[in-house]
Parts: sequence; C-alpha cells; structure tokens
Amino acid sequence: MLSRVAERIYWLGRYLERAENTARLLTVYSNLLLDLPRGARVGWHTLVDITGNQEGFREKHKETDERSVNRFLISDQTNYSSIISSISLARENARTTREIIPTEAWEQINNLYLFTRDNMGKATARGTRHQLLQDIIAHCQQITGLLAGAMSHNSGYNFLRIARSLERADMTTRIVDVGSLTLVPSLMNPGLSIEPASRPYSNMIWMSVLHSLSAYQMYRQHVLDRVNGEDVVTFLLQDTQFPRSVQHCLSILQSCLEYLPDNDATKRQVSATQKYVQDANIPELLESGLLEYIDDLQIEIGNIHANIADTWFLPVVNEQQQSA
Amino acid sequence: MEINWNTYNPGAFYDELISSPGHARKSGKILAQYLSSLKSEDLQQRKTAAELAIKAMGISFTVYSEAGNIDREWPFDIIPRIITETQWQKTSQGLEQRLRALNCFIDDIYNEQKILKDKVVPAELIAKSVNFRKECVGMKPLHGVWAHICGTDLIRDTNGQFYVLEDNLRVPSGVSYMLENRKVTKRVFPELFENYNIQPITDYPSQLFDMLAAISPRPGDYPEVVVLTPGIYNSAYFEHSYLAQRMGAELVEGGDLVVEADDCVYMRTIDGLSRVDVIYRRIDDLFLDPEAFNPDSALGVPGLMRAWLKGNVALANAPGAGVADDKVIYTYVPAMIKYYLGEEPLIENVPSYLCVDEKQCQYVLENLDKLVVKPANESGGYGMLMGPQASKKERAEFALKIKANPRNYMAQPLIALSTAPVIGEKNAEPRHIDLRPFILQGRETYVTPGGLTRVAMVKGSYIVNSSQGGGSKDTWIVSEGGDE
Repeated sequence: MLSRVAERIYWLGRYLERAENTARLLTVYSNLLLDLPRGARVGWHTLVDITGNQEGFREKHKETDERSVNRFLISDQTNYSSIISSISLARENARTTREIIPTEAWEQINNLYLFTRDNMGKATARGTRHQLLQDIIAHCQQITGLLAGAMSHNSGYNFLRIARSLERADMTTRIVDVGSLTLVPSLMNPGLSIEPASRPYSNMIWMSVLHSLSAYQMYRQHVLDRVNGEDVVTFLLQDTQFPRSVQHCLSILQSCLEYLPDNDATKRQVSATQKYVQDANIPELLESGLLEYIDDLQIEIGNIHANIADTWFLPVVNEQQQSA
Repeated sequence: MEINWNTYNPGAFYDELISSPGHARKSGKILAQYLSSLKSEDLQQRKTAAELAIKAMGISFTVYSEAGNIDREWPFDIIPRIITETQWQKTSQGLEQRLRALNCFIDDIYNEQKILKDKVVPAELIAKSVNFRKECVGMKPLHGVWAHICGTDLIRDTNGQFYVLEDNLRVPSGVSYMLENRKVTKRVFPELFENYNIQPITDYPSQLFDMLAAISPRPGDYPEVVVLTPGIYNSAYFEHSYLAQRMGAELVEGGDLVVEADDCVYMRTIDGLSRVDVIYRRIDDLFLDPEAFNPDSALGVPGLMRAWLKGNVALANAPGAGVADDKVIYTYVPAMIKYYLGEEPLIENVPSYLCVDEKQCQYVLENLDKLVVKPANESGGYGMLMGPQASKKERAEFALKIKANPRNYMAQPLIALSTAPVIGEKNAEPRHIDLRPFILQGRETYVTPGGLTRVAMVKGSYIVNSSQGGGSKDTWIVSEGGDE
C-alpha cells in the first residue's frame, strides 16, 4: 500500500468519526440544555471549547447562543471542526482513494456529503436539527458498516480502524473534560449553592455525557450503581469492553498495529499511553487534577498520531496539511 | 414533454436514428418506438434518474476557470446512439490498421527514419515538430509499440460514412465516461436491453491491464502496473482513479515514485520501496521527468527517462509518441498505411490542406470562410478557427497567425457532422455528434466496441468537447438490422 494512500485512508477514517462524534455531542447537548436551569454556566460555549476552535468562533460571533453555536459547529464551512467540514474532508480523502475503498463506500460518502450540504438550512432550528443530526449519525454508521463488510481487512482497513480508534479516544477525553467542569463549583451558577455530590444537575450532566457516547445503557448494565462522576469517568477511561472507552480504543489500535510493518515505535507509544490510562487513580483525580490529567492524556494521543505519521506516511513537506 | 418523431426534422444532415420525419432507421425502430411510447412524466423521471445516478456515482469532470476549478457532473443524454455491427466491423478493422501503421511510423522516426529518406513524409515536418523528443532517438520499446493507447476521433458525413478527424496518441481521455454511460443507461432503460443484442464494453479495463502487463520488462514475475496521475486537480482525475480501481493497479502521483541508483523505479509504500514495472502515465511528456524535460515540473519523477531508456520500466504511451499526434502529420497517415503495411486505408481521412505547402496555404487563406483551421498541437478544440461561423475580423486575425507560422496549421472543409436526437425542451432535437473509440496495442490489438459519443449540446454547434459544454451518449453496437 502506498504511503500517500495510507495517509488519506487514515484521514478519511478520522474525519468520518469526527463528523459522527460531533453530531452525537450536539444531539445530547441540545437535550441536556433543555433540562438545565436558565442560569447554569454550562452553556453553549462549552461545545465550542470541546471542539477546540474558540478563536475561529470569536472572530465571527459575539454571542455564544444556540443559533450561532449550532451554525458554527454544523454548517459553517470556514470552521475546520464543523460537521460539514469534516464530511467534506472525508469525501475529499475518499475521492482520492477511490481506487482502494469499495465503490459503494465512495458512493455512500458522496451521498452523505450531498445530503448534508443540501440540508444545512436545518441546522439552526431546534425542530429540524435533531432529525438532521440523527440522519448524519445513521449515515456515518452505515458507511462504517459497509466498510467492515465490503472491504478486505487489509492494511487499508487497518489504517481506517486505527484512525477511528484514535479519533474516538480523543473525543471521549474531550467529553470527559466537559463533564468534569461541573465539579468545579465556580463554573456553576453561584445561586445553586449545593454540595457537588448531591447536586441534581451534576448527575444529569454525567448522564448526558454517557448518552453522548451511546454509553448509558452499557454503563447501567456494567456499573449497577446510580450514575455518579467517579464511576462514569472510570467507565469511560478504563473500561476494557465498552467500544468508546479510551482503554478499549487503545487496545483496538494496538491490535491493528500488529499487522503493519515497522510497528515498534508506535506500539511502544501506545503501550505507554495504555499504562497511563490504567494507572490513573480516578477518585484522587476527581478531587483535584483531572483537567490536567486529561490535558496530558490528549498530548499522549497526539504523540501516537505523530508516531503513525512518521512511520508510514509520505515524508513530503508540501503535502496538503490536515488538522489533527 | 413527449417525443414525437413526426415533428423531428434532421434537415440536410445524416441523423443516425431518424432518416426523415417520422421514419426511424431499421436498427433504431425499436428504440424510436419505445421512446415515443413513454409518457411525459415517465420520460422526465428517466432523465432525472440518470442525473441522480451520475451524481450518486460521483461521475464528474473538472473545468478549469479563472474563478478556480469546478468539479462538474458529467453531462449525459439518455437516448443511446445505435451503430450496426456491419457498419462497425470495417471501421474497427480500419482503426487497428491505422494504429499499427502509426506505431511503425513512430518507431521508424526514432530509429532509421526510412520514411523520411524515401521522401514519403517530408523530413522538415519532423525537424520542426514540437512533439519530437530527441531524448528518445535509438530507443526500441517492446513489440515496437510506442502508442499503446489511442483515442481516434471519428465523424460521419451526410452519407453516414465514417472519417477520421484526428488521432490522440498522447494521453487520450474519455474511456471511463464511455463505461459509466453504459452503466447509467442500464439503470435508466433496463427494458431496452431485452430487445437489443448490444455488444458489451465492460471488458476494457481487463484488456488495458493485459496490454500493460504484456509490456513489462520483467515478463516472468507478476508485473506491478501503476497509473501515474498529475493529481486530483487534473480534469481527468476521475478517469485516472477509475481505471486504476478497475485494473486493481495502484494510482500514484509523482511524489510516490522514486528512481534509485540502480535506475529502476520504485514506489514508496508502508512496507518501504517496491519495484514498479509498467507505468500507465497520464502526464504529458514534458512533465514526466524534471531531469530530462521541464525542470520545474513538480508532477514528474526525477530520473524516469533514464530508467525507461535503460529498459527497466515500461511507459505507456512511450515518451515521444506524440510526434505522430500532430494535425499535420495526420494528413500522411494514409500514405503510412501503404508504406509500412502495403494496405489500402480502410477508413479515410477528412480531406485536408497543409499550410506548410505554399499552394495549399494560398487556397486556405482564400477560402477561410469555408474551412476549419486547426493548430497542429492543440487539443480540446482550443485555438481553432471555425471559418463559416467566424466574423470577418476573426478570420483576418487568424490569417496573420497562419502566415506567421504555416507549419503549425492545417485546414479541412467543414464536414456536415451527423446528428442524433437528444431530449430537448418540448421534443427530441437533433444535435451534432462524433465518436471516440479507444484502440490498444501491445502484443495484440483491441478496439472498444463503439466508443465515447460526444454531443454538441448547443443547437447547430459542432463543438463536442466537454470542456466547452459538450455532452455525451451511450453508444451501442447492435447486431440487428443490416442495411439502412
């Protein structure tokens, strides 16, 4: 497999997963904010923080209200982290690897792009937004399924899975990050001066965190106890069976690496990150230091990407820059 | 909109479906009847279905413009064009004959130059040809073949006879659209395939692969064949990717390939470097190798010519093959066929006047209002003068260009191109068409049954190029209906 093709397939996988994750995040958020009291400080701006393009947002919008945030994250083509940008970059990478991925997969990705482009007007109004996001999620899932069922599980497919696992792990850390914000009392409305553990809204936020990762049901089966911060963070970081937990994503990634040549350095990096996740003392971190821990974890994930790029992608400088 | 053949009037032109208002040609009777039986909504629905299929299949081409490059959906008319097997057989043989002669010519030009010494083709034409590559002199590609893939443009006159308009021997494109057109037609009019015996065309990618494999310098091993593309911003990128996919070959860009110290070509893979045997290159000669040609080319591979000249890699088409893809050299093809093959040409050229010949040039300048003048080395319909439709001022300006560089121009009478019906606003309407079949030559030769039919979508226009608003049709070679 050509290094350039491996790189494009990898980005196809990441952008596709990113589009789906962003759609999930927005869906859950819309639901959550309906339940929160008006003054709660966990507002729409948090979404812009998670996706990491605060600057781009401030350049265009004065108010972080529902309309502008949703437009920015769904349909703004100048925002590199918007859903439409992710889908269009996924399509561009698919278009340039059409000879490798199954034809039907290209057609589906192209369709997803055309569908999203033609329905962007539905992004702002609450009533239509929900359906739009559901459709996008379903479409992404369909493509993932099609690739699993129609593409030989060769190096190309390994790069897709590696990309997906890394993007998932990254998104899960970002979402845990948001959940943990509720633990910092100053961020909540001072009017709600209740103790963190008994704060009703804190639990609701953790619940929505689980929902955004389709993890609620699995969590309930697994944890049995009522939803609480400690168990949720443990579940999302360290559970070995839930497909979106960081630990699970990393072990999938590690197993895909087995099939690739020259995998030593990357495997070592992944092992180190796995250990970092395993050894985390969640109760302690929840007391203090979780935000810093997540920051470090994201740097680790970034290092995995750097290792992959160094080992298998073209060492060409003028190659189109893609944002990690 | 419903189709009524009684009010469809092709006028003085040879219409390939309807010979006169209300009368379909024998081979097209079933098609014509079927089309006119469709209700307005039904016809509209099929048209929409075709548009949707093209959109969903992502069949596109890129138009270069000052405002940036636009990826457009492929323009397609749903009414297929019918050519009978009897008509096609001789044409197909003629195309093979032509390519064989052209390859003899190119091989001769880069080696003994017998045809120049025997004064069949004037030596000065080669001396002044911009497509002659001195780097290729003395090279002997496998099977003596330089142009492995040829796209020859054919037109039909008012009697329906085929003529060759030009041979494209550099990087002819369009074959993927020919294949996709058939796929779309199958989705839109599946019923018609029950009533016609249509020669299938899906074989092309396998034929192409076999031909490419046959020119590998390492015949023992399973050859590594790659398609070399200039990249996603090229207008034919869709096709490059399509063909690579259908052949199961790697699609590579210049940056993926490297020539090592052993003068062999390798591609950069996740397993390290891997040897390449055959390159189906879709990059023009001058961009192939910055060491040998344009030093600024970022598309090519440094050292590629070195590897090719050493015989370590095969290039299709070979560099320098364009020397025969020149509208002036074109006029000598019938003479080449006699010279090299000792045969009579099975398809004729369009009568042509060479501006390099003083007498003929005089005639051209005096009759600019009746002629189509073409530069020797442009493609895509650029840089030509359509005499009968041009203004006086345009003709005068063009006359100056011809006088300044007569070697660069040739002229042909305006052939009244045949027409075929396309779906119009209220009824079917006749539009001018041409045909580009694709011919392969390696160890053996192969001609696509039919080819890519291009349509001038503007009423009365003769410009069929997709870059200039042309459309296309599926082309059927059918076994029914002998005479017309």
